[in-house]
Amino acid sequence: MKLREIAHSRTGDKGNISNISVIAYDAKHYPLLREQVTSERVKAHFAGVVEGEVVRYELPNLSALNFVMAQALGGGVTRSLALDAHGKSLSSALLDLDIEPGSDDK
Amino acid sequence: MRTIRIGSGAGYSGDRIEPAVELAEKGDIQYLVFECLGERTVALAQQARMKNPEGGYDPLLEERMRAVLPVCGAKGIKIVTNMGAANPEAAARRTAEIAKSLGLSSLKIAAIVGDDVLDACKDGDLPIMEFDGTIKQLGNRLLSANAYLGAEPMAEALIAGADIVITGRASDPALFLAPMIHAFGWAMDDWNLLGQGTVAGHLLECAGQITGGYFADPGYKDVPDLARLGFPIGEVGEDGSLVITKVKGSGGAVTARTCKEQLLYEVHDPRQYFQPDVVADFSQVTIEEIGPDRVRVSGGRGHQRTDTLKVSVGYVDSYIGEGQISYAGPGALARGRLALEIVRERLKLTGVASSELRFELVGVDSLHGAEVSSHANEPYEVRVRVAGRTENLREAVRIGNEVETLYTNGPAAGGGAWKSARDVVAVASVLLPRELAKPQVRFVGA
Repeated sequence: MKLREIAHSRTGDKGNISNISVIAYDAKHYPLLREQVTSERVKAHFAGVVEGEVVRYELPNLSALNFVMAQALGGGVTRSLALDAHGKSLSSALLDLDIEPGSDDK
Repeated sequence: MRTIRIGSGAGYSGDRIEPAVELAEKGDIQYLVFECLGERTVALAQQARMKNPEGGYDPLLEERMRAVLPVCGAKGIKIVTNMGAANPEAAARRTAEIAKSLGLSSLKIAAIVGDDVLDACKDGDLPIMEFDGTIKQLGNRLLSANAYLGAEPMAEALIAGADIVITGRASDPALFLAPMIHAFGWAMDDWNLLGQGTVAGHLLECAGQITGGYFADPGYKDVPDLARLGFPIGEVGEDGSLVITKVKGSGGAVTARTCKEQLLYEVHDPRQYFQPDVVADFSQVTIEEIGPDRVRVSGGRGHQRTDTLKVSVGYVDSYIGEGQISYAGPGALARGRLALEIVRERLKLTGVASSELRFELVGVDSLHGAEVSSHANEPYEVRVRVAGRTENLREAVRIGNEVETLYTNGPAAGGGAWKSARDVVAVASVLLPRELAKPQVRFVGA
């Protein structure tokens, strides 16, 4: 299944850094997110977009992860050549990630 | 326990006007905050002020003030805003004229000055955080340097009796923290209260982004009546307790989900959200729906503030030239790709000097590049887009020209060509020792 089925997401920007939250709709899916939505997978998913490091922060109270992606916005929001200079649309791209369902979801 | 209600009347400079009027009329609020100053806006405003000494403040100041002042004046709702941009004193004078013309000449209006720290930054030749280099190395490309001020001067103005406080560069959450400090007398070293107050400010500062804006995804996250989106109200208690809500009957929705998304918006390490007044810690925050469009947010904490203030440095970065043209129907994708190849070769042949170029098809791969978008199907139409960075305007113009000439020199049936060339004012950051920024409160007519 796609990540979109179990999580929602929002992108924020600061300079050349983009952050993407991934929030489980249902707290029971938080372990799946922790296990499968790793920094490495996010970095690989954004090949050609994110040039720097991807760091993941965990927020168990919110059943959420926060990904902070360096060198992700074409040199920075205020100077980027990109149509979506803020990277607002990156969250939707991340929700396209494939997730192996847990035993309850099959 | 004492409680205040703070309305968020704008989340960016061009935001909708009437939700703030709705908040003032029906929101039972005591404070109305307008956050209207983007990262680079103050640098552009500085250029405007250089052309006109009475300019350099937010272009929508007059429209917003005329819309809300009658009801705010009648109800005693205090206004806090960063619409002062590069010239808070001129914005305050203009607001006083508007108030007078509306028969509200008794309103006390204060400007906060001192965020302009260009001289201090030059003296210190501070290193730039985003790239190798210092302030001095920007030379005559340097336009402005403005420190993110904290809540203290704004709270001081409110305590001195201001009805309207107009600042320039200040941290966005601090615009909301100032009313809390004014109402409750929070100590400026009560880090946990300031941390929880920062959670409130951070959640409210983007206005509609917590009431269902920037959220809807049909079939997954549906939001009612976005055309009449209500802006948020923060109900804050003396002990920092917080409920996010909105005007009954307005569009949108306040739910645990909208609040979670906004809590993490533009946040890096949730344990360390750096603010001028506090280092806020969002990591223990809990979010709970307690009624329709009522969400309780608890557990924000804080640590001692740092010795530095973040400064936003505006500078002339480069020029960008751009051109676009559309192709449709059978073979649109192939003609679009051919068009891109032609422009790529033309820019080489004619020797256009650029340091960075993008060739893309809008509708196919413009947002996330060829790799991420590789499994997309053939679209009905595509829009060619070429953008390049140059050192001067003349070179930038040549990029758009090479797209436009596709009309008569490129693939069949290209339409709707468009081009632009512009200078790019960008921002970078430096950290300034806190004591070098000296904010002051100035009342109009004082």
